[in-house]
Amino acid sequence: MNNILVIMADGVLFASWLFLVAVGLTLIYGVMRILNIAHGSLYTIGAYTGAVFVIAYCQKSNWLPGSYLVLLGAAILAGLILGTIMERGVLRWFYGKEVVLQLLSTYAIFLILEDVYKLVFGVKPYYAYKPLLGAGNFIIGGVNYPRYYLILFFMAVLAGILLWLFINKTRFGKLVLAVIHDPEISLAMGIKIDRVYIVAFSLGAILAALGGAFTAPMIAVVPGLAVEVIVISFAVVIIGGLGSFVGAGLGALIVGLVRSFAVHYVPALELFTVYFVMAAVLLIRPQGLFPTKEVRKI
Amino acid sequence: MNRTSQQTTLIVLLGFMVVLGFILPDWMRYLFTVALCKAFVVLGIVILLRAGLVSFGHALFFAAAAYSVAFSANLWGIREALVLIILGVLASLALAAIIGLLVAGYREIFFAMLTLAFSMAFFGVLVKAYKFTGGTDGLHIPSPTILGLQFSPEISSIAKYFLTLFCLLIVVYLINRLVNSPFGYTLRAVKENEIRVSYMGCSVRKAVYLAFLISGGLAGLGGSLITFDVGHIDPYLSYWTTSGEFVFVALLSGTGNVFACLGGSVFVEFIKTYAFKYAPYTWQMVLGGIMLVVILFSPGGLWALYENLRRRMKMGGKKFDAIT
Repeated sequence: MNNILVIMADGVLFASWLFLVAVGLTLIYGVMRILNIAHGSLYTIGAYTGAVFVIAYCQKSNWLPGSYLVLLGAAILAGLILGTIMERGVLRWFYGKEVVLQLLSTYAIFLILEDVYKLVFGVKPYYAYKPLLGAGNFIIGGVNYPRYYLILFFMAVLAGILLWLFINKTRFGKLVLAVIHDPEISLAMGIKIDRVYIVAFSLGAILAALGGAFTAPMIAVVPGLAVEVIVISFAVVIIGGLGSFVGAGLGALIVGLVRSFAVHYVPALELFTVYFVMAAVLLIRPQGLFPTKEVRKI
Repeated sequence: MNRTSQQTTLIVLLGFMVVLGFILPDWMRYLFTVALCKAFVVLGIVILLRAGLVSFGHALFFAAAAYSVAFSANLWGIREALVLIILGVLASLALAAIIGLLVAGYREIFFAMLTLAFSMAFFGVLVKAYKFTGGTDGLHIPSPTILGLQFSPEISSIAKYFLTLFCLLIVVYLINRLVNSPFGYTLRAVKENEIRVSYMGCSVRKAVYLAFLISGGLAGLGGSLITFDVGHIDPYLSYWTTSGEFVFVALLSGTGNVFACLGGSVFVEFIKTYAFKYAPYTWQMVLGGIMLVVILFSPGGLWALYENLRRRMKMGGKKFDAIT
């Protein structure tokens, strides 16, 4: 019984990390129909800026909640700047072009950013563990968990709720929905599509950076973080159905739970669980669990 | 290009490659061989691209063939290159036959991501099955015999080059036939509008499946050949960035012409080598930058650029017309 509890806790915690990382990807796809391979790069910039800022902050001050605010601020700053640059500088030239070209343009951005990070931040690892260790532990089923994981969980839930409220309850959110439904008609109705795209992309970028920044205290921030994140968040998003927030949440939860069961019972399978779940879901429901509807054109 | 001029080009190119095999310094011949091996995979990707499908997981077949060659060589002691090649290609064909059944119904991003997922799962297997695959350390493969002949190391590199060239010749011929066959045109039609294709009574699924099989087999051929040349394989052969590189080369070369893939493959291999040397920290940036410029200004690849130029020259004056 304890065992199950621990597995569930592991799964949910991992799922909240997955959701935080992947939801930006699904947002960008949902609005712009671009699958952003550079998503992992946005995650990485969040991790780096988060780590740099927190290390600087911790030398000055010991007030713990402040360090979380620093992480939050760093992520928003990094995501906003890089996201806007990416959208305005590169992606907008690919609107309306072939899907394959859009996919590859983001792949090119990913390649470029990989090296830019090495040039800017160097190749030495950054350790920003203060926010993690400072928060202490709590116990589930006889196992110690860092309290910091709760913050991660809280962040994921908050991000999900705020995003939902933004899209469904605000005026701008309604405009976004209109653009998702039919960009051409919305343009004809006087919606500034460009602005919607910028906001959506920056928001997605901020979410990715947020995922990175709040992961930074748990890991050594080194070059090459982006690769794993891209693949795993693709999987999560595709399981849920590209462009669906609920899907991303559910996908994260499924992957998180399956993975933690695998880790506890069949550790050798851990690496495949994500792909296994993805392949299984796609075989049964080709468009994912919550697909967005496509019009067939003849 | 009409038929005779195409044949002349082919013969000139072939003669050029044969001469290269003898005069190139060792390191350059090695690079050439590696580039040609990768060109097989690129050809495979191009076939799928012609149907509008982008595979981000072709490294899977590449690696599968390489590992089956390594197993046959190390466990069963098979040393004959031709046998090893056949085994490698068969292994990747078998994999493609199974995976193709699953992915043939998907398009665009889903196709890309599913193939990606399979190759990453395979990567996981290779890393985890330490006992058999040596994990991330990889495996060593002894130099093979070619037609029963064991060459000294210096001659062996030339022999491998010509083995690769020979396979390439056959493949280029077959692909050229394929591309201009009804099947080749069906693939192009699938890219344009697959619903219309099925209205005309063609099975889109079958066409895509067959294309996937062929391209998987080609990737397998490249994978088997590259093991002879490099002599060492590791799981990163099946990593998704390897697939990404193949897609990059395919895109750079464009889908218009088979020869463009060879040129593109050699070009990228050399760029990579020089970028490694002169810009060790920024070579990915160089690649990414080139890629962005190419897809922005010439979405059909460098070949399309050349074709445009040719057409313009033709329009410019009748003289050019008379020559070509």
